[in-house]
Amino acid sequence: MSVRILPSGDHALLAELDRLDEVLALYRALDAERPAGVVDLVPAARTIGVVVDPGVLPLSVAQAWVERTRPVVATPRDEHAVEILVHYDGEDLAAVAGLLGIGVREVVDLHTSSSWRVAFGGFAPGFGYLVTDHDRLRVPRRATPRTAVPAGSVGLAGEFSGVYPRSSPGGWQLIGTTDAVLWDAAADPPALLRPGALVRFREAT
Amino acid sequence: MSLHVLDPGALALVEDLGRPGWAALGVSPSGALDRAALRLGNRLLGNDEGCAGLELLLGGFAARFESEAWFALTGADGPADLDGHPVDMHRAVHAPSGAVLRIGRPAHGMRSYLTVRGGLAVPAVLGSRSRDVLSGLGPEPLRAGEDVPLGDPAGPVPPVDFVPVSAPTLGSVELRAHHGPRADWFTDAAVEAFHDTEWTVSAESNRVGVRLDPPAAGRHAAPLLERRVSAELPSEPMVAGSVQVSPDGRPTVLLADHPVTGGYPVIAVVADASLDLLAQARPGQPVTFRRA
Repeated sequence: MSVRILPSGDHALLAELDRLDEVLALYRALDAERPAGVVDLVPAARTIGVVVDPGVLPLSVAQAWVERTRPVVATPRDEHAVEILVHYDGEDLAAVAGLLGIGVREVVDLHTSSSWRVAFGGFAPGFGYLVTDHDRLRVPRRATPRTAVPAGSVGLAGEFSGVYPRSSPGGWQLIGTTDAVLWDAAADPPALLRPGALVRFREAT
Repeated sequence: MSLHVLDPGALALVEDLGRPGWAALGVSPSGALDRAALRLGNRLLGNDEGCAGLELLLGGFAARFESEAWFALTGADGPADLDGHPVDMHRAVHAPSGAVLRIGRPAHGMRSYLTVRGGLAVPAVLGSRSRDVLSGLGPEPLRAGEDVPLGDPAGPVPPVDFVPVSAPTLGSVELRAHHGPRADWFTDAAVEAFHDTEWTVSAESNRVGVRLDPPAAGRHAAPLLERRVSAELPSEPMVAGSVQVSPDGRPTVLLADHPVTGGYPVIAVVADASLDLLAQARPGQPVTFRRA
């Protein structure tokens, strides 16, 4: 694994990696030992943003920290997972099954039996792009995005699964709904899903 | 102790120095766009620099002090009066109980800041009272008839007679910009053009970002900022100052309420110290980028 450092102004840099799983492993290691002066640590698809207070942590020191940090691969076995109860009643469930060439039951079983991990956020407060270790649920986004997707909608798009924290426009294929509260600004922590967290979906009965 | 809003003007938002530290959860720092103006306004009153004040877009604001108070006006420079008596910018002013403050349309700049001794005591969200127009966090834009609570003073109003402040310009705004993370996704000619062009602030600008128009928009057959790499960029972290270039070749400088990640390549990043200047640039005003 090699990390490339890209400039991002006078108080931030980007660490670029080749794959999303490398981003997750490096983010996990960086997050575990943040030095003082790191203001924000933001994982994304191939990059991690490191925002500093340059008066406390000069960018050059932050860069050295990122370069010498060894990634840590997570072991789902002994980790606490966030459980999300889902009613698999999404409008696109049948279409997703059709796209994948399997039955609706199999879509639900695959979604609930997979271990998901929050790779990164960024679309709205509390939204998490969830990834798993197989591509058997990979479907394209809808050709026409919906103008309003209700809060709690559970969807699939590309390699990701996710839950809409609030009503917003969106192009994900909707497979179900949950009553789980993804975002509550008054709560501590405000987001149910944080980058790096392990997630399991369970079918609501 | 409160401020009773009679007329919010175009847009009156509560802003402090923002809520950095939540970007991994999808929340941008937000906060006052002209941070120097907010800080100055607070210092003039003996407040902590990070106290919440009002960010007023292009004046037109009026409010009544429901109890006696000290306030200061900073940022965009325009006419203001307290019960008909002209009010100076950049100084602590005493308002008797019941006095009405009116702020006219500024002659220079976009955003003026009204700070009040003790700060605005609206509830904080994630450690900040700032309104983030993208995520919808923080207090709603002020409406006529609303009462904004005032906090307790932290100390005495310091004796200051005169503060040298350079007023926002009406002419060309020169910003310092660093090489962006994806500058190499553009042709050398595009990077040159970015620095050589006198851009114009578009009316389609807000707290999320300032969109820039090329000179005589539409005359150029090819976009000025041509890409060398045409691949799709996986979304990556953005900061205030990131200059994203959309597929039509037009740059947008992201501001405090920017999305935390974005999928357009960033050709340059405006120096942090230049962002306050950009916050005061009006639609139609020219902008140039100097290499930092």
